[in-house]
Amino acid sequence: MDCSRRKFLKSACAATAAATLPISAFRLFSPAECRAETGKPGTRWIFLVDTEKCVGCGLCVKACKLENEVPYDAPVTRTWVERYVITKDGKPHIDSPLGGRDGFTSPKIDGEEIKPEEITKAFFVPKLCNQCDNPPCVQVCPVGATYQTGDGVVLVDRKWCIGCGYCIMACPYGVRFFHPIYKVAEKCTFCYHRISKGEKTACVQACPFGARQIGNLHDPNDPVTKIIMTQRVGVLKDEYGTKPQVFYIGLDRNVR
Amino acid sequence: MHELIVHGAEWTTKAGFVYPNEFIYWSIQIVMYPYMTGLVAGAFVLSSLYHVFGQKDLRDMARFALVFSLCLLPVAMMPLLLHLQQPLRGIEVMFTPHFTSAISAFGFVFSTYAVIVLTEIWFVYRVFFVEQSNALKGQPGLVNTFKRVVYNLLTLGAYDLSPEAVAKDKKAIKIMAAIGIPVAGFLHGYAGFIFGSVKANALWMSPLMPVIFIMSAVVSGIALCMLTYILIMEWQKFKAILAKGKGDESVELLRGVEMDVMTTTARYLLMFLVAAITLEMLDLIFRGYTQMKSWDVLREVMFKEDFVKIFILQYGLGNAVPFILLLLPRPTIKRLVVTLVLVLYGVFMMRWNVVIGGQAFSLSFIGFMHYHLPIIPHNWETYKEGLCGALTVVATPFVLFWGVNKLIPSLNFRKQ
Amino acid sequence: MKNHVLRPLWLVLAAIALLLLARYLMVPKDFGVNGRSFTYGFHRLSSVADWQKFPDKFKGRDYCNDCHDQKVSENASSKHRNIQCENCHGPAYGHPDNPSKLPIDRSRELCLRCHSKLPYPGSQRGLLKGIDPERHNPGQACAECHNPHHPDQEVG
Repeated sequence: MDCSRRKFLKSACAATAAATLPISAFRLFSPAECRAETGKPGTRWIFLVDTEKCVGCGLCVKACKLENEVPYDAPVTRTWVERYVITKDGKPHIDSPLGGRDGFTSPKIDGEEIKPEEITKAFFVPKLCNQCDNPPCVQVCPVGATYQTGDGVVLVDRKWCIGCGYCIMACPYGVRFFHPIYKVAEKCTFCYHRISKGEKTACVQACPFGARQIGNLHDPNDPVTKIIMTQRVGVLKDEYGTKPQVFYIGLDRNVR
Repeated sequence: MHELIVHGAEWTTKAGFVYPNEFIYWSIQIVMYPYMTGLVAGAFVLSSLYHVFGQKDLRDMARFALVFSLCLLPVAMMPLLLHLQQPLRGIEVMFTPHFTSAISAFGFVFSTYAVIVLTEIWFVYRVFFVEQSNALKGQPGLVNTFKRVVYNLLTLGAYDLSPEAVAKDKKAIKIMAAIGIPVAGFLHGYAGFIFGSVKANALWMSPLMPVIFIMSAVVSGIALCMLTYILIMEWQKFKAILAKGKGDESVELLRGVEMDVMTTTARYLLMFLVAAITLEMLDLIFRGYTQMKSWDVLREVMFKEDFVKIFILQYGLGNAVPFILLLLPRPTIKRLVVTLVLVLYGVFMMRWNVVIGGQAFSLSFIGFMHYHLPIIPHNWETYKEGLCGALTVVATPFVLFWGVNKLIPSLNFRKQ
Repeated sequence: MKNHVLRPLWLVLAAIALLLLARYLMVPKDFGVNGRSFTYGFHRLSSVADWQKFPDKFKGRDYCNDCHDQKVSENASSKHRNIQCENCHGPAYGHPDNPSKLPIDRSRELCLRCHSKLPYPGSQRGLLKGIDPERHNPGQACAECHNPHHPDQEVG
């Protein structure tokens, strides 16, 4: 191995240079390197769910589907309500028929009759995208089709998404799905088109019991902010390090 | 007019409490993808064992393995294109790669690997291209002219056949083969990282995942090359018997060569098989010992729902039985064929059990999803994400090899 | 190595150049790190505006009040005052141009969302007045006897 070692090194350098060229070119050619802050300045959107108030009427799920053009009869939804019925034996009975789109009108859970005297506690838990501060779904997108706005909302670029489904697999909360018509990733956007105009999200507006509220973490006078700062609230699946921004009053240990 | 299809709904059934949006989104094509890239990586490593480490008995095998890994290469991309909801946008992985995502590595690793394989093949066959071009000079007929043009192009204008030039070719081959080994490793290691880094999935999340994938990929690659080699040698022997009779010297020679190559390669197969099994066992033992939140549902999936698929089919038929067969004395070709088929099946089941198994339980940890592979397609979705789509992917490298072999023959096994 | 050995390299560089050209032509100019970091802010900037332009479907009670003030004030003093008009009548998007009339849903299922009695201790649902849908006038529309806008009032 005499001069061939030199030749090896030479060609190795050439190969490395050739390999780094495309990568460096991407940075050189990368347009808009400016740190343009998107979204409303001084805003970080957060959400409050009060499970003490939710009655499982499902009007939020219906409103979301109509507002955001998610096909009404398709078994996918941007938000849903889960029912929890805990019986004397400690066993939780859980269901979410069509995501709670038509409410909960029958006491049967998965066809099972539950005697009222057996029920120790029961409640409803609405769920939606947590608009995490460390969104794992954004981290795993291979092409930059999903991102976090400056005011904390995670959105999907419908024109750029390649439909690989990695973001759907990466979400620990199961809030993402493929839009049946657009064939790209889809999820709750906190009705970004409404909150950017100063309106409430469709689900917040629809809820007759005030179980859902949206607020701004950066505004100390915001009612939602005041509640999470002064009352005891919980979040879902805190152990994943996602830093979810949907807060729950009355979050029970049985909630999945 | 867009058709309303909820991706995954057709082949998923749910039991227990499953979140509304959960379906088996990553189906058969995502099982095929790591399987095919594993074959690619393994075939290449086998070829490199000759070029870099000078395992002389592997010389003929090396040339074949290299060309076959070229045929496997475009096939590695097929499952992804068939799976993507927007396949025409697939090129975006090259345009705006989000490097925090393991999948974004696909574009570059795949391209780099393709370049290395193509370059190495060029150096191996350059002399052949020049010789063919010279031989076809002045030959009449449109086909011959066309062939000559193709071979001329393939020479890239380098017609120098002097010993110095050929020596340079050989050095370049060695370099390409050497660089290719870590790249082949990366090609499959990143696939393991795709799964291992998903913290939301209790079965996938493991730092061992990339290593497990690499080990089993090499196993499958070696097994495929050995199997194809045997099939080819049997065909050669059959032709020799037809021509010269059973007891002829040429037949005995072929038989001897076959056995030598196989015994050597089988040793490597055994090594990687042991490594693969060890890592998988380690992962399982750790999970059972630490009993994290997900252990109850994982135990349900592994030891009840998927028990047969995991322990009987994958670990049993796919790992333990080949292991024993490889250790038995007095190897025979027949026994080796059985071993290799079982190994290839075992690696496939490993991919299946990881991809589908990881989606067999709900994020709620108290629900299950069952995967029903579409057999008879009734629309494009059930074709591409069903048995037919998988078979299309499996058949393609052989179809490609048939065509490529006409231009770049790799089956001219020289008698030792 | 100055002779033929580098020829594949030239081919590769040409392919890369082609790729970069395609990239220049096909990637929107505003694609880049727009925000917090490469991890969380790598996207096409104009996508945000795309989402902001999405049309609102639900208009809210104040919009209904412009024309239907009588119904709104009737409802405002009732137990159903917290239910948005559009919850039962659907979104007012385009109304009154198109559609000129919003649907009036008389189905039992609509009312049963809240008023199918569920014996749930600790939940506000358990406190809501309700009926057993299989016993209480099955098959009949609730609105035949109960005024949805003002449940305490007679149906008139």
